[in-house]
Amino acid sequence: MKHLTEPAYIRWTLIIVALLFLGLFLILPLVAVFTEAFRQGAGVFVASITDEETLSAVKLTLLVAAISVPVNVTFGIAAAWAIAKFSFRGKNVLLTLIDLPFAVSPVIAGLIFVLLFGSQGVAAPLLAAWDFKIIFAVPGIVLATTFVTFPFVARELIPVMEAQGRDEEEAAVSLGASGWKTFLRVTLPNVKWGLLYGVILCNARAMGEFGAVSVVSGHIRGMTNTLPLHVEILYNEYQFAAAFAVATLLAALALVTLILKSLIEWKTERQAKLDEEQHYDVTGERAG
Amino acid sequence: MRKSLSTRGFLPGFGMTMGYTIIYLSLLVLIPLSVLFLKASTMSWEQFIGTIMDTRVLASIRVSIMTSFFAACLNAVFGVLVAWVLVRYQFAGKRIIDGIVDLPFALPTAVGGIALTSIYAENGWIGQYLAEWGIKVAYTPIGIWVALTFIGLPFVVRTVQPVLQDWDLQMEEAAATLGATRWNTFWRVVLPHLLPAIITGFALAFARALGEYGSVVFISGNMPLKTEIVPLLIMTKLEQFDYAGATAIATVMLVISFVMLLIINYLQWKINKFDAAR
Repeated sequence: MKHLTEPAYIRWTLIIVALLFLGLFLILPLVAVFTEAFRQGAGVFVASITDEETLSAVKLTLLVAAISVPVNVTFGIAAAWAIAKFSFRGKNVLLTLIDLPFAVSPVIAGLIFVLLFGSQGVAAPLLAAWDFKIIFAVPGIVLATTFVTFPFVARELIPVMEAQGRDEEEAAVSLGASGWKTFLRVTLPNVKWGLLYGVILCNARAMGEFGAVSVVSGHIRGMTNTLPLHVEILYNEYQFAAAFAVATLLAALALVTLILKSLIEWKTERQAKLDEEQHYDVTGERAG
Repeated sequence: MRKSLSTRGFLPGFGMTMGYTIIYLSLLVLIPLSVLFLKASTMSWEQFIGTIMDTRVLASIRVSIMTSFFAACLNAVFGVLVAWVLVRYQFAGKRIIDGIVDLPFALPTAVGGIALTSIYAENGWIGQYLAEWGIKVAYTPIGIWVALTFIGLPFVVRTVQPVLQDWDLQMEEAAATLGATRWNTFWRVVLPHLLPAIITGFALAFARALGEYGSVVFISGNMPLKTEIVPLLIMTKLEQFDYAGATAIATVMLVISFVMLLIINYLQWKINKFDAAR
């Protein structure tokens, strides 16, 4: 197959150019985060990470993700079931609508909630009557985060569920299983990796969202400050080492996300190969 | 494609899941977004046009579109190269490189922003050498371009990669048998086949870049008329409690984004149809 590949010198030139590009744009920034974080020594690094404001930012970030992610998982599963297992008119319209938050700038995502719930917002009199604050408070941060992470789980699950078809579910139901049981015992084991994939991406974005949260949070230290916002505040105060120290927490989160993502991809690839082999083997019960 | 005789099938739960999907979608996405248009419609036409036609607003739109466009162009070229190298060639550490391509999706934009700024500032790792040549990156449109290239990097790679993987080598063999050079085969046979995927990736990167805020604010310097992007201007208007101004600019941007979304979905539908036909 010599005619189907390039001479070695071209191959290596292309590989080196590609690696240089990725090194320049991806690896260098990552290295920079960790180097800058330790520029003033390990003492400053530890102090910045264990600072009270940093810890409260960590707590808020975890809280926001703990609400947004499950809510969007529930939605993602419901939407995927309706879209992948049934045929109906307007499916493409619905898919486009689910993608909408990806097309909206994070700043605009924040803006719409300010217009709804801000002091001059549509729902302002109602909120004032109940003495309930959304904007410049935690509920606003949760809302904005949920909005920007809305499509992640649904988008990962829909193609996986569609590829699975509905034969197995139909078999289960015709043998007398309830819908719920069919989902838990038949569908979920088949799509678990796709689901996990969506959850990981959703979580990474929920913890790292900056623009939308920045609009609705009001940057109140110790109260409505998430980790990315805390990085910004420290940076703007010229506390660069501290800003990068806090940023390493988020960079570590990104690295864990990428590793888990690669593992899942590797696992599903292997599963697909196994399925293909078994396809010629037996049509009986599948092992595992 | 699998064809079923019954159009809907007999699985349970359609009503419940569909109802939930529609209600949740409406409450979280559709109603909040429509408030933006509602708010914009309360402005008079003169007021709306007056806000948009302001020199500062027009300048920010120009900066946003230019930098996003050039970032997407760079990503289109290098995206194809990276996808090609990852699919066709073997080298040590390929799996790790493949995984790290998604870094811009996983790394919070603010972190990417401060990291790039530190690299390209005048005393930074790369900035100091560029400064000797008289090239300034941080706090200029070039800096915005760098940041937008960073956040848009995975799109073209991830749209082109699967197409290349499924690509039938027989086509290239046929071209080679008929006497085409390697370059000719790539240019005339492979590239046209990749084009829809490249355009989709380009459009995704461009759309993402237009709305990007976090990675740009740190490196751009935010000078009105020069390095101010549209999302930042919306932010500034909000901080000055100019809700009408913010709404007008946001409406224009949202319409541009929606058009982009429609184009992307149309392209993807075209690619799927093309694949199904084969």
